[in-house]
Amino acid sequence: MSKAIKKNTIQLKFDSARVYEPAIESKSAAKIKPVYDLFINGKFEKPLSKKYFNTINPASEEILSSVAMAGKADVNKAVLAARNAYERTWKKMPAAERAKYIYRIARMIQEKAREFAIIETLDGGKPIRESRDFDVPTAANHFFYYAGWADKLEYAFPNRKAMPLGVAGQIIPWNFPLLMAAWKIAPALATGNTVVLKPAETTPLTALKLAEIIQEADLPPGVVNIITGAGDTGANIVNHADINKIAFTGSTAVGKIIQRAIAGTNKKATLELGGKAANIIFDDAPLDQAVEGIINGIFFNQGHVCCAGSRLYVQESVYEQVIQKLKDRMETLIVGNPMDKNTDVGAINSREQLATIQRYIKLGNQEGAEMYQSACALPKKGFFCKPTIFTNVAQSNRIAQEEIFGPVLAIQSFRTDDEVIEKANNTAFGLSAGIWTDKGSKIFNLTSKMRAGVVWANTYNKFDPTSPFGGYKESGYGREGGLHGLFPYVKLV
Amino acid sequence: MAEKINKEKDCSTFGLRKINMIADKKNIAIPDFRHTAPVDQVGVEERASRFTKRSIKKETKLNGLLLALNMIDLTTLEGKDSDGKVKQLCYKAMHLHDAYPGLPTVAAICVYPSMVKVAKAALGDSGIKVAAVATAFPSGQSSRAVKLSDTRFALANGADEIDMVISRGKFLQGEYNYVFDEIAAIKDACGDTRLKVILETGELGTYDKVRKASEIAMYAGADFIKTSTGKISPAATMPVTLVMLEAIRDFYYATGKRIAMKPAGGISKSKLALYYLVMLNEVLGEAWMNNHWFRFGASSLANDILMQLEKERTGVYQSPNYFSID
Amino acid sequence: MSISSSRLEILKTYKVYIGGQFPRTESGRYYIASNKKGVALANVCLCSRKDFKDSVVAARNAFAGWSSRAAFNRGQILYRIAEMLEGRKAQFVEELTKQDLTKAAAIAEVESCIDRLIYYSGWCDKFQQIFSAVNPVASSHFNFSVPEPMGVVAAVAPQNTSLLGLVSLIAPIIAGGNTIIILGSTQMPLSAITFAEVLHSSDLPGGVVNILTGKVSELLPYFAEHMDVNAVAFCEPDNAAQQLLKDKAAMNMKRVIIKDDMKWSTATAQSPYMIMDFQEIKTTWHPIENIGGAKAGY
Repeated sequence: MSKAIKKNTIQLKFDSARVYEPAIESKSAAKIKPVYDLFINGKFEKPLSKKYFNTINPASEEILSSVAMAGKADVNKAVLAARNAYERTWKKMPAAERAKYIYRIARMIQEKAREFAIIETLDGGKPIRESRDFDVPTAANHFFYYAGWADKLEYAFPNRKAMPLGVAGQIIPWNFPLLMAAWKIAPALATGNTVVLKPAETTPLTALKLAEIIQEADLPPGVVNIITGAGDTGANIVNHADINKIAFTGSTAVGKIIQRAIAGTNKKATLELGGKAANIIFDDAPLDQAVEGIINGIFFNQGHVCCAGSRLYVQESVYEQVIQKLKDRMETLIVGNPMDKNTDVGAINSREQLATIQRYIKLGNQEGAEMYQSACALPKKGFFCKPTIFTNVAQSNRIAQEEIFGPVLAIQSFRTDDEVIEKANNTAFGLSAGIWTDKGSKIFNLTSKMRAGVVWANTYNKFDPTSPFGGYKESGYGREGGLHGLFPYVKLV
Repeated sequence: MAEKINKEKDCSTFGLRKINMIADKKNIAIPDFRHTAPVDQVGVEERASRFTKRSIKKETKLNGLLLALNMIDLTTLEGKDSDGKVKQLCYKAMHLHDAYPGLPTVAAICVYPSMVKVAKAALGDSGIKVAAVATAFPSGQSSRAVKLSDTRFALANGADEIDMVISRGKFLQGEYNYVFDEIAAIKDACGDTRLKVILETGELGTYDKVRKASEIAMYAGADFIKTSTGKISPAATMPVTLVMLEAIRDFYYATGKRIAMKPAGGISKSKLALYYLVMLNEVLGEAWMNNHWFRFGASSLANDILMQLEKERTGVYQSPNYFSID
Repeated sequence: MSISSSRLEILKTYKVYIGGQFPRTESGRYYIASNKKGVALANVCLCSRKDFKDSVVAARNAFAGWSSRAAFNRGQILYRIAEMLEGRKAQFVEELTKQDLTKAAAIAEVESCIDRLIYYSGWCDKFQQIFSAVNPVASSHFNFSVPEPMGVVAAVAPQNTSLLGLVSLIAPIIAGGNTIIILGSTQMPLSAITFAEVLHSSDLPGGVVNILTGKVSELLPYFAEHMDVNAVAFCEPDNAAQQLLKDKAAMNMKRVIIKDDMKWSTATAQSPYMIMDFQEIKTTWHPIENIGGAKAGY
């Protein structure tokens, strides 16, 4: 359609789209303690390590709180508490009673939703709109969903009895701190396991807030233990002899280390690792919705999403049009203070992650890809990155192969279905994929050929407690969410 | 591409801007309307609801309310409309709420052709335009001759703008050429008078059809595309308006020609009007943010905006009793 | 005619089965399979890393076709394998008795194998229905989860049987649409290769099942390392071997399926959960159009 018109002669201007008066969410609705201890056996206890570390607001670099660094002795203590709770109370408790505790947690998260959202945004840098409308409600819903499974497991596994595994060690990332805690804890408790959970060191606060709720909910002491720390703490959990199950969400590199570490044991594992999802736009797609899917796919949560649609494939006949629409849409993204209700793209989670993203942006330019960034201004303080796309990318470029985990999109064009199927699967990862076409039979061809655990057709980055999530290939194994999310926490007899 | 947009810089969002438009008279290739862009319903509704997540405060809100007021086509389209009623409405259009100094007027009043003369006289040199619904409004179920004659009658009486309806029956039968030719014929009769083409989206059934009808209207010569007559429910909705704004954007990229937009019916609250402005701002950008390129077809919206403005000014929630109903 | 007594018996050359062909090991190495009394039964290929590599290529090439076959068709092919095995029952009984089984035990083993194949034949187009789900998500989307085959599976057959363990592992893996490279029992390798002949005459596309013979300790690291293998299966209660497997499998996040507590001769060794052990779960989302005006309420 646009062939007759020379580029740049017709242009929409969106300068005004970014200058809404700030609408800042109030910090006062949330209480953050100056110091947080370890939540072990139903109590907040000072770390035996005697060490603490600071967690900061990545949008302002201000210190929010000081949290305990769990050492090996602390991990031992937490695992012992979980073991005792498992043997003495949790596995003996009637399943319907277990369910009621989990329901209670769900309800209390809903009650404190606003406080959770504020803390999530302050600690992690994600826009308040996302923590308010996505992270927190989805986390509460996840508990609510799995609560109901606790006394219905005999219907989930035909001809088998589902037994709990024991103590689950769970290590979660910084991109969806509360939601990942929910994804880990809810199915573990529903199936009768007890938990030692470690949140990421840059985003420990909502997990600790969850610990307060768990305490308030009168969950038997030790059923859930939440201990903070860095990689060493995680390693101590993974290597602890009395842990029966490891659930980890994070990078593929660490996932491999974990698999190796537990190779000589009978520990079961669920690993949710990296991704480099292909988002594929065919020429008959609803293009405006596809562009919205591209935007959601790569700029949701600053691109800190393992299933981010970070490789875009656009059919050549609509390539120019899609890029134009994408650029226009990028111009309306508001980047800045995550606490502003109008912010679309918040702060990068940490200085280190920002450096990684910037390294890839530099690399993309060196590799000869053509960069476009939205014209927004970035705040002076804090860690921010402009929404970035690269066109003229080749499959062999590293920005098209490696997970960047930031708001950076690598775009390639394609001609035929076979070509794009081959390119989309031409990766070590297999977490997710996106397909956009108006043709039903093509959707089913593509969705069934994608070697990926979650395939979004004519939509992207949708999540639901009932919907299993997890990868193929180096994106890990095991599923979280839905009926299939129960399997990794039971042995069938 | 021949357009010159007033570059006067006004940083605040929703700030009022002056606009110069030069009609673009070049030949445009007509596409095959059997194949228009598909629209995914769930996706478009999700996107539309995203605009309502914007938090519009303080200066932005104030500017937005004033701008919305200035974009209203104050409307009365009833069988019982009389000279007296129309005169009162025109007075209201010029004097929205004299207790609040410095308010803009509405953009236009929208009446039946028989009321155009009265309205013109009442509005005088206020600058407020008179829009007439023509072409056997609201159903459009008549012959082309009647529709043309209806249009010419309104023009002869001094209408500044013509609001026509498309033949939805023909459209749904797949007779796209009929619909196209009819719009072109009416536009021909209008000459330089701006033509609003009402799609009556509530009768079209799907967003795909809304998109198709939008394209037919624009290529056939519409100056505005408009959602609804106000006689059918649902009338304007945000997703339907979004589909039409996106059609306008794509048409602009394809041809260089700007088309104006008018959602009509169902927008009676100021908060909703602000969300429409957010949507306009983020789909078509600042060039469309004025009453040359965007209108609200509404009768009760004005008073709700006035109540909001008074609330902003006084800090006190308002009662409808203090705002005239005409 | 009675010349049979002086007739020299034709000895069988036990070759391996790769990509629907019966090549010898590329290494040119052999070992002697003998019974418990030490009587040599046959020369058997001592397969190498390269034989394994060739098998992975064959299995990978066969995967797209096999996994996209109609499930019903896979069921028919498994049934056909059972038919072929039934027809050659006597040969297997004889071969198993050579490998130290009593005649009764040999008959029982072959019959178990046939029945097991029939069992999994029936599951081919049913397990998806049991283990799929339509997930009632809160948004206006149709969302469903289905099992899909993992891909290329490298398996070590249970070492304590010549045929039953092998069949018990092959059947659920290919029933679910995977392709497989399987190393037969080192001590009792004969039936594995003879079973390949059954497969070969059963409409099973070449490369879907590849059968090697050789030493577990030699080949296991290569099974675990190969970057184009999606899963490894191992059935021995050998902690060191399991650790090695899990450790090296981390290189490309292979799925490691350990089945070291199975009683292969009992019915507990067969279930659709065995198929599911070699399946991924794929979840698909699509919007559901739900135009406000179009009411379906009643």
